[in-house]
Amino acid sequence: MSETFADLIACEDALMFVNAAITSTGQREFRHREGGQRLSLDFLHRYTLANYRELYAAALALRINDHNAALIVLNLLAHAGDVGVERRRHEGRLIARRLELLPQHRVYRVFRELRRLGVNNRRTRAIVRDWLAGRRDPAFDAVKYRGAVKSAVRHAHLPLDGELGPFLFAPHGVRSFRTPIFERWRRAHYEQAALYGLPFTVAEGFAAKHEIPREVFLERIEPQMTRLERLRHQEGARKAGVDAVAADLGAMPLTRLASYVLSLPLDDRAARRAELTAALRTAAGRAAGAAAGSWGRVTAVLDDSYSATGSGQKRRRPLAVALAASFLLESLAAEYTPLWTSGRADELLLYPYGPTPLGERILDALGTAPERLIIISDGWDNAPPGLAADVLRIWRTRLDPARRVMIAHLNPVYDADDFDVRRLAPSVPAAGIRDAEDLATLVELARFAEGRLGLDALRAHLDAQTARFLEVTA
Amino acid sequence: MFRPDGLTTGPAQVWNAIRLVPLLREEPVPHLRLHRRVYEQPVSVVEVGDGTVYTAYVPHAFVATWSEDDRLPAASYGTRLLERDTRPAPPRMPVRTTRRMARKAGKDRLRFLPLHLAVEGYLALHFGGPEIVWEEWSRRAVARGLSPRCEETYLGSEVRGLEDALRIFEIHPGQCGVLVYVADALAGAFVTPHQDDYRALHPTLVEDLFGELIYMYGLLGAPAGDLSAGIDGGGIRSLADLRAAAARARDAWADFHDGTMAGGLRDPDGSRQVVQFLNGFELARFMPSFGLRRENHIGEAIVDEEGRLAYMKTFRLSDGQVRRGHLLKQLARHGWRLADTAASLGVGEAALALRLERSGFGHLLRQDVLDHYRAQARREGVT
Repeated sequence: MSETFADLIACEDALMFVNAAITSTGQREFRHREGGQRLSLDFLHRYTLANYRELYAAALALRINDHNAALIVLNLLAHAGDVGVERRRHEGRLIARRLELLPQHRVYRVFRELRRLGVNNRRTRAIVRDWLAGRRDPAFDAVKYRGAVKSAVRHAHLPLDGELGPFLFAPHGVRSFRTPIFERWRRAHYEQAALYGLPFTVAEGFAAKHEIPREVFLERIEPQMTRLERLRHQEGARKAGVDAVAADLGAMPLTRLASYVLSLPLDDRAARRAELTAALRTAAGRAAGAAAGSWGRVTAVLDDSYSATGSGQKRRRPLAVALAASFLLESLAAEYTPLWTSGRADELLLYPYGPTPLGERILDALGTAPERLIIISDGWDNAPPGLAADVLRIWRTRLDPARRVMIAHLNPVYDADDFDVRRLAPSVPAAGIRDAEDLATLVELARFAEGRLGLDALRAHLDAQTARFLEVTA
Repeated sequence: MFRPDGLTTGPAQVWNAIRLVPLLREEPVPHLRLHRRVYEQPVSVVEVGDGTVYTAYVPHAFVATWSEDDRLPAASYGTRLLERDTRPAPPRMPVRTTRRMARKAGKDRLRFLPLHLAVEGYLALHFGGPEIVWEEWSRRAVARGLSPRCEETYLGSEVRGLEDALRIFEIHPGQCGVLVYVADALAGAFVTPHQDDYRALHPTLVEDLFGELIYMYGLLGAPAGDLSAGIDGGGIRSLADLRAAAARARDAWADFHDGTMAGGLRDPDGSRQVVQFLNGFELARFMPSFGLRRENHIGEAIVDEEGRLAYMKTFRLSDGQVRRGHLLKQLARHGWRLADTAASLGVGEAALALRLERSGFGHLLRQDVLDHYRAQARREGVT
């Protein structure tokens, strides 16, 4: 294998980009403001697009976050002319597949952004057309995302059939719609009962217009709420005295569930301990799938220091990821030891507290003789600073040169200054993490960061991922 | 060496140019707590019931509404020791009249610049001015001393990076104090008797007062370097060895910090003045020696019967302030005689007079005397 210097750099750049695309959402973090995050991320996108377009597009096949997926789609379409037809066709397939996976509102935001940037090539129009044609219920979409659909239709010059055209562009000239949801929307302007047949977010606007009391509104709109809307409004509804809004916690994705648990007051968590623990276990079991119990002896060092607070925009996100990962690792491992940096053991009652003595916890963790050591932390080791790096370096070079213990560091926070997630030591692979559910695949990806596998292996890995990603549609 | 009884030095946290070094206590200093009124909610002090006396302290410049009668919040003037729940409140000044110096911190809680008195009046407090009317001094200097004079200082929020550094600082369990470094120059120390007091006061550090030197260093923004020596892998054969090496590194850092980085806080030639004594606690203000080209800190400290440092707040003088202090100290030592002082400094009388003027003390000399010296200097070609 002939690895050139350029290959090594390419490999590093690619991983840097993937890590950023997984972790950064352009929002405020504990240490960096959103302006810095956006600037840093924007640079990285431009750099990768210009230098490694192939890798840039392939990132769509990975579990990157929605914010970055939307940015990639946008950039690829805005700079479509730079590459040949064959490549463009491949990119188009990746984009189409990714748009199917993105939440609708994000897709509409991409379309809006395309319009703002004046990107209106033939392929863009085709992509908008195909995506809209693939929607299950165009009428429902038109009501829920009325402004966005209108803008997308106008931008892509799409012909409209049925009542969609009048509904979007001239609704006030219509006496009555034949499509039930359009009709409900029309009536909701003056009739309170009609708004309870509309999507929750739309009904909320009409409820404000009709000055319906919140508790009455929540009680009656409850059947229309989506799973996540239920989760989001559950606590608010309970405060308003409406118990009908109850999310089925067992069906929630793991990390979101962890976020929800951490948002509850400590007394509530203690009172609902059995219910919450069971829900977290179920979600973790589902995320682990067939791999449950196959990881052997696992020890995790988990960061619950004050910096796990996140920010006003990402409330307790790093802590939620660590909590979710802990439950997932519990179900993946045959024998599992969690070590929180604060030294607390009751996972359900965690809150961000104190400094980050990662070095000492890693020492404790290595003392349990694990087969795998997973570290989940933002990488700011400060009590004392640099001890974690020293411990990991000496462990790798002097105590375990044969690499019997597999060590991986997963970092939920993007460091805007370094264009990457913060690392603990060069000898320990680090990867960004957004949802704890991706933990297993990320540990896989982290191997490349160690520098022992080269660019060819990374390309192969990406190609395999891309193939699997596209296969589902075919 | 800065190592007060009962306090240990913790690992530092760095953000750009700012380094914050926590001071930890294993157990709080008993019987002394922040005055209840300083908290927005009452402090939960456990009632012992055996007649144990709690003493309260109010840091200088804290603002609270002290009683039902005066609705306006007032700032305490100088740190004070109080009997618990004393009425009336400590010496204070209504905040409204000092709006210029007060800053809003929360709805009804403001923070007046701490140590304000000490800084603005540190020269006046320490050096009353000449007692004998030598012919050179103006009548005003004798009658009123050095006042009024004000020193220029900066709010903590104006020191670049300090606000962020304090926001992201991870407070240690048991932390009762902090040392603030800007570009590794010690800006000040802050110690409280109890960790809850520290938590309550930590965010207010950004409303503190810092000298010009610290402000400039913050502006230059040179990142503070990595001072951890790291662990040498040699000779480490087991996890236990590694653990021992880590413990040694921790002690080495504490020694290095207390001896080298915070060493300038203790001034053997400085002076100390006891202000108040209550229930075994002693409140003192300390003045540095005004030695040139060294760190000079002024501050306040509360020490308990056993000599444990319960409360401390310091302020680092900038070089200009030190030079002025040095000048006054020399004058005071020679009985405020210009001739003697000039001789001891090895300069001419005219040069000394002009130096006084340049330092902002021109108004202390009689106008005709100053003009005479100016003319003399011009003749000799000294500018």
